[in-house]
Amino acid sequence: MNILSLFVAVPVLMILALFLCKSMKAIRTVMVTGASVLLLLAAVLTVLFFQERAVSDAEMLFVFTIPWYQPLNIGYTVGVDGISVAMLALSAIIVFTGVFSSWNMDMAKEYFLWYCLLSVGVFGFFISIDLFTMFLFYEVALIPMYLLIGLWGTGKKEYSAMKLTLMLMGGSAFLMIGIIGIYYASGHTTMNLVEIAKLSIPIEYQRWLFPATFLGFGVLGALFPFHTWSPDGHASAPTAVSMLHAGVLMKLGGYGCFRVAMYLMPEAAHELGWIFLILTGISVVYGAFSAVVQTDLKYINAYSSVSHCGLVLFAILMMNQTAMTGAVMQMLSHGLMTALFFALIGLIYGRTHTRDIREMGGLMKIMPFASVCYVIAGLASLGLPGLSGFVAEMTIFVGSFQHTDLFHRVFTIVACCSIVITAVYILRTVGKILYGPVQDKHHIGLPDAAWYEKVSVVVLIVGIVFIGMYPSGVSGIISDSLNPIIAKLNF
Amino acid sequence: MNFSNFLFMGQEIGLVILFVFLFLYDTFCSEKSKKYFQGVAVTLFAVLTAYGFCPSLLTGEAFGGLYISSAMTILMKNILNVATLVVLLQSCKWLSSEGTAHRQGEFYTITLITLLGMYLMVSAGNFMMLYIGMETASLPLACLAAFNKFREKSAEAGVKYILISAFSSGIMLFGLSFLYGGLGTLYFSDMSLGNMASPLVILGFVFFFGGLGFKLSLVPFHLWTADVYEGAPTSVTAYLSVVSKGAAAFALIFALYKVFGSIEAVWHPILWWLSVITITLGNLFAIRQTDIKRFFAFSSISQAGYILLGIIAGTAQGMTATVYYVLVYLFSNLAAFGVIAAVEHQSKGDTRIAAFNGLYKSNPVLAFVMMLAVFSLGGIPPFAGFFSKFLIFAAAYEQGNHILVFIALLNTVISLYYYLLIIKAMFIHEKEEQAVVKFRTDPYNRLSLFICVIGIFVVGIISCIYEGIGGLSFGI
Repeated sequence: MNILSLFVAVPVLMILALFLCKSMKAIRTVMVTGASVLLLLAAVLTVLFFQERAVSDAEMLFVFTIPWYQPLNIGYTVGVDGISVAMLALSAIIVFTGVFSSWNMDMAKEYFLWYCLLSVGVFGFFISIDLFTMFLFYEVALIPMYLLIGLWGTGKKEYSAMKLTLMLMGGSAFLMIGIIGIYYASGHTTMNLVEIAKLSIPIEYQRWLFPATFLGFGVLGALFPFHTWSPDGHASAPTAVSMLHAGVLMKLGGYGCFRVAMYLMPEAAHELGWIFLILTGISVVYGAFSAVVQTDLKYINAYSSVSHCGLVLFAILMMNQTAMTGAVMQMLSHGLMTALFFALIGLIYGRTHTRDIREMGGLMKIMPFASVCYVIAGLASLGLPGLSGFVAEMTIFVGSFQHTDLFHRVFTIVACCSIVITAVYILRTVGKILYGPVQDKHHIGLPDAAWYEKVSVVVLIVGIVFIGMYPSGVSGIISDSLNPIIAKLNF
Repeated sequence: MNFSNFLFMGQEIGLVILFVFLFLYDTFCSEKSKKYFQGVAVTLFAVLTAYGFCPSLLTGEAFGGLYISSAMTILMKNILNVATLVVLLQSCKWLSSEGTAHRQGEFYTITLITLLGMYLMVSAGNFMMLYIGMETASLPLACLAAFNKFREKSAEAGVKYILISAFSSGIMLFGLSFLYGGLGTLYFSDMSLGNMASPLVILGFVFFFGGLGFKLSLVPFHLWTADVYEGAPTSVTAYLSVVSKGAAAFALIFALYKVFGSIEAVWHPILWWLSVITITLGNLFAIRQTDIKRFFAFSSISQAGYILLGIIAGTAQGMTATVYYVLVYLFSNLAAFGVIAAVEHQSKGDTRIAAFNGLYKSNPVLAFVMMLAVFSLGGIPPFAGFFSKFLIFAAAYEQGNHILVFIALLNTVISLYYYLLIIKAMFIHEKEEQAVVKFRTDPYNRLSLFICVIGIFVVGIISCIYEGIGGLSFGI
């Protein structure tokens, strides 16, 4: 069996094993074992990938196909390049930490069933290079959100769950017609991405297929004005689901945008990219400004995600190697850091039972471990050198500034401003809730992070520091894999 | 007359034999042996269903082209058979309850007769045959709709159904007379040679299509659907929504492809608009429903609109996608109706959606099956409904109906909204005080749900089913 298919097979096996579980202990055993296996697989894959890359210069490695629905040339085709490997590693880390962050769940069995289904979708999406299979996994990843938020969420969970599901499904409606369109416009010979990239899609089709697919994935990437599901959804979702959703699922959007929309339809990307560039520019700044005025910790982080994910799409639309490398780095960096934020917010909320920053203060004295980690996450988010955020944003802005025309320059400068705004809301939050006097007497004596929460948080911080300290290793594999896409974009 | 022609009618003859046997059994057997009636009937029907899959069935034209048996018609009849079998399994519990127990025989014999009518609709090679088949299928269905005769709504459903179906067959017959007047024949093969473009023929076609539209419950011919579905016993509703609708879709596909293929320019826009209106209105009305059977009535109206998408394509791919869609729709919709039947029986006829509140807490398995059913109907992967939707959209898109596919896709989002309402009721809402407690579904119904769940999981993942249907399809 192909190593890539294992990424889907393991979560499926976890689902089957969960059906047999009776006790909480068994459920935890299954989840921890499965998640560790996935993490291990990701590590093995990275090593194998480097070995294989050294001897082969094929665009996709470990390609494996099973024909499926042959009349439409659909196949279960998997394969990875450096970007997919990076995303798979990110997903494995977040799935792993998510398990530890949801250690004490009600109805744990059902919760983890949906959680595993979500990870099937996520992993499947990143490994597949067949448009149909990719779309199938994409939708598999969306639907469990409804019940995960609706059943285990907090606040106005039913409303948020419905809004999130419908908006994302609306996006996937655009995507489905986009995929069918791409298939027929490219001469209906193959659904394989790499093969389609070698064919050319007539420009008159590209003109509406590009917006359809970009919008379809863009909804998940929180593209303004279709980002409104994100704050509500993330605020209502349980901790691990917010982590997985903001950390990985939103990356599906960014990944899809350039893997499908940009890669297959480069002419239209040049022609119509500016429209989306304006939208993403708004996302970046507007998201950051919105975060400034929020008082709910999760809302702050959700709007910050809108801003940071906007930056991913922004960089992709810059269409040069540096900026796109930055985009992928930003995906990784934002994935880790937002997951860390949500893990910590879940941790704090689980103890203080409030997420309103006005009702908290002086947490540094009460739970020093969690607070220090929160500061680290905050610093990563506002781009402190040595942590992942700096590397990613620096690369993006250097890349975007390579454009010499006024339009791109102006937007780069506007987007750069978001760093300052980020500093405002991060420092405000950190100052308010971690330092200063204790606001609520009941908070005194609350316990610090438990061991399982520490595991989750520490793993994420290690990831953030790794990218921050050794960026060349990460950008190396990404940058190489971008060559075919860049070559296609430059005709 | 050459009696060897009857050999082509293997499935029909089997059905008639079964009908006669059950009729005699019901009439003459002792009270004591009556309790085996259900088991015997269902088993024999299962045997008949299996017989349909036997590869030695003859294909060809009988009675000078009046009756056509091809691999495709056999497949379609098999689909109808499977659906009927599932419905029969689901009806067992309801039939053995007080008030209907002594009339079990009637239910089976009438159902089989309607099924015979649908066979003839599918196999028709002549419009007279199609008409006779449709009448045989419709009129007894009214008896079935009114089967719970002491309940007002059931009687109302029966009356409404018989009036509407009489009206629609009147319209259809009127259209057929025009067709005969314009072309001088009612044989499919001869008609397509005549001058199809004459206004008389087109007028005839419109009336004919209207008549069939009632059966398919396309908007604007849908007004009977919700009332009849709500009033009729749940198993009969299931039968109406799947088997009857499937047969009408199959008959329509043959008529359009074989006879009216040359005037595609005429029916393409008609179907285009009807499909848009049907999907949209069906969806919008479904949102407002509080009764689960009315809810599924509107859901099935919008599903009929999706079925049109495949027919519109007019290609072999479109035909394949349509037949495949009906197959998937069968499993998904019947799974939903199986759960409804079980819950309704337990809650003494409560069919409000609110009766499903908290079903997950009391009956997790039923809630799970219902969830699979609505996800499949809504087109969520990895269930079969996703594949059937994708394939039918691809078929319609291939022929350039881009806008239509787009509208249909946006509608899937609306449909997802109301399907999620069911999920929300079952999983998120707290149960009401008088809600059903934990109960065991009867073994027959469990078997039916099992068949449906297998169908929902397998039909999509295994691509050879679609490819197999594709091998039998043909375009205009």
